[in-house]
Amino acid sequence: MFDLLIEYAPRLLSGAVMTLKLTFISVLIAAMLALPLALVRRSGSRYLQGPVRLYISFFRGTPLLAQLFLVYYGSGQFRPELTELGLWWFFRDPFYCAILTFSLNSAAYQTEILRGGLQAVSRQEVEAGMAIGMSKGLLYRKIILPHAYRIAFPALGNEIILMLKGSAIASVITLLDLMGHTRRVFSQTFDMSVYVWAALIYLLVTTLFVLVWRRMEHRMTRHFRAPVTPSAPLTSVIKESTRVS
Amino acid sequence: MNKNLFSLAFATFLATVPATAAMAAETDTLRIGTEGAYPPFNYMTADGKLGGFDLEIGRALCKEMQTKCSFVAQDWDGIIPALKAGKYDVIIASMFITEKRKKQVSFTDAYQKSAMTFVTPKDSNLTDFSPAAMAGKTIGAQGSTTQADYISALYPDSDVRMYPTQDAVNLDLVSGRLDAQVGDLIPMLEWTQKSDDGACCQLAGELITDPRFVGDGVGMAVRKEDDALRQKLNKALTAIVADGTYKAINDKFFTINILTLQ
Repeated sequence: MFDLLIEYAPRLLSGAVMTLKLTFISVLIAAMLALPLALVRRSGSRYLQGPVRLYISFFRGTPLLAQLFLVYYGSGQFRPELTELGLWWFFRDPFYCAILTFSLNSAAYQTEILRGGLQAVSRQEVEAGMAIGMSKGLLYRKIILPHAYRIAFPALGNEIILMLKGSAIASVITLLDLMGHTRRVFSQTFDMSVYVWAALIYLLVTTLFVLVWRRMEHRMTRHFRAPVTPSAPLTSVIKESTRVS
Repeated sequence: MNKNLFSLAFATFLATVPATAAMAAETDTLRIGTEGAYPPFNYMTADGKLGGFDLEIGRALCKEMQTKCSFVAQDWDGIIPALKAGKYDVIIASMFITEKRKKQVSFTDAYQKSAMTFVTPKDSNLTDFSPAAMAGKTIGAQGSTTQADYISALYPDSDVRMYPTQDAVNLDLVSGRLDAQVGDLIPMLEWTQKSDDGACCQLAGELITDPRFVGDGVGMAVRKEDDALRQKLNKALTAIVADGTYKAINDKFFTINILTLQ
């Protein structure tokens, strides 16, 4: 089991790098799309809401695997048209197809998460901002968005983890991500333990991500934790309590 | 130690295996595993049933052995593990007999012969398929197959892409994402000559008969401990070849005899 790991570690690691690239590029693009879409969902005109809702329900309501097949093999059927439009170079590449699909999928989820965050921002704080004459832009920048992102933060972390694992289907369009390499190694060795190693790598990456995300969350919510009053030095407090008992 | 850690991780999974294998021994039905995605050898018909050359050979063998048969469709990737896990008793899925697979399972005598071939779009100007000439070119194949092993091993400087099914490789050769693919001779002949989308493409280069990859032809695979079943299958195969049943099935699907490739 361990000799297998030593022999195939470089391949599994290069797969893990591909998995990370796929996940984080997609999640970043999705984050950029999600903000304007969430603003439309919350307060846009009815004519803008319709298409955005349709987009979200399509990407949340169909399997990611089906979306990936549709984008990759579907675009292959329209090669002449896409070549004419000058887009074939993009769809020809499985990596771009995966990024496109994953970004659109994740953006749909992130939009809804962010909309929830926006709606949960305290009304009083917004009114306070308006009362001291903040412009709409300043209000969003200083009050609404910081609060909305803080509220949405745990759910966004969850979405990124789901995307990380969801990216394992990229191997069906020939990308050699962690799962793709794992399947290839398995087909060459018929050693089931390679799947155990792959699972452990996924677990490790997720755990590291959770630790970082928790750190960031901790920092974002520091205003909720009561500040330590510096009136009595800590050592004297400890001495006193020991004396009492 | 290795084994312990492995069993631990798969404790529940492994626990089910002896039970399934035991159940198989009790019934007298021979369960045959096949892929169901490899026309004309094995495929799903429009009404969702399994059909094809492998299926008819399987039925003929069962008739000869006077046992009942059932067929199970299983993705190619897991077709050997599922046999070892006792999900079925024999694989009849046009599988090449190779040294690597022989470490996992036992094979019957060959019930067909085959070779591999390059396939390119008709407008392609590729004529030299040496690894040096193919450097930087994109070559596709179905994953976990002998053709996948072949291009992985001999074409390290090409962009080698693996697909879950043969259909997916075909689609990408049609769409132009691939410069070439390597496939099995008979399905590639069928696809390029008999299907609409396969008309885009043609067999190219010389047939690949490298024995390291193509081995001793195509056989049926059984678990190593099932040697009695293997011998029964061999006997039945000899019988259906001798009485003309094999030829009748062969002629239904192919214009050449695929046991002799003539």
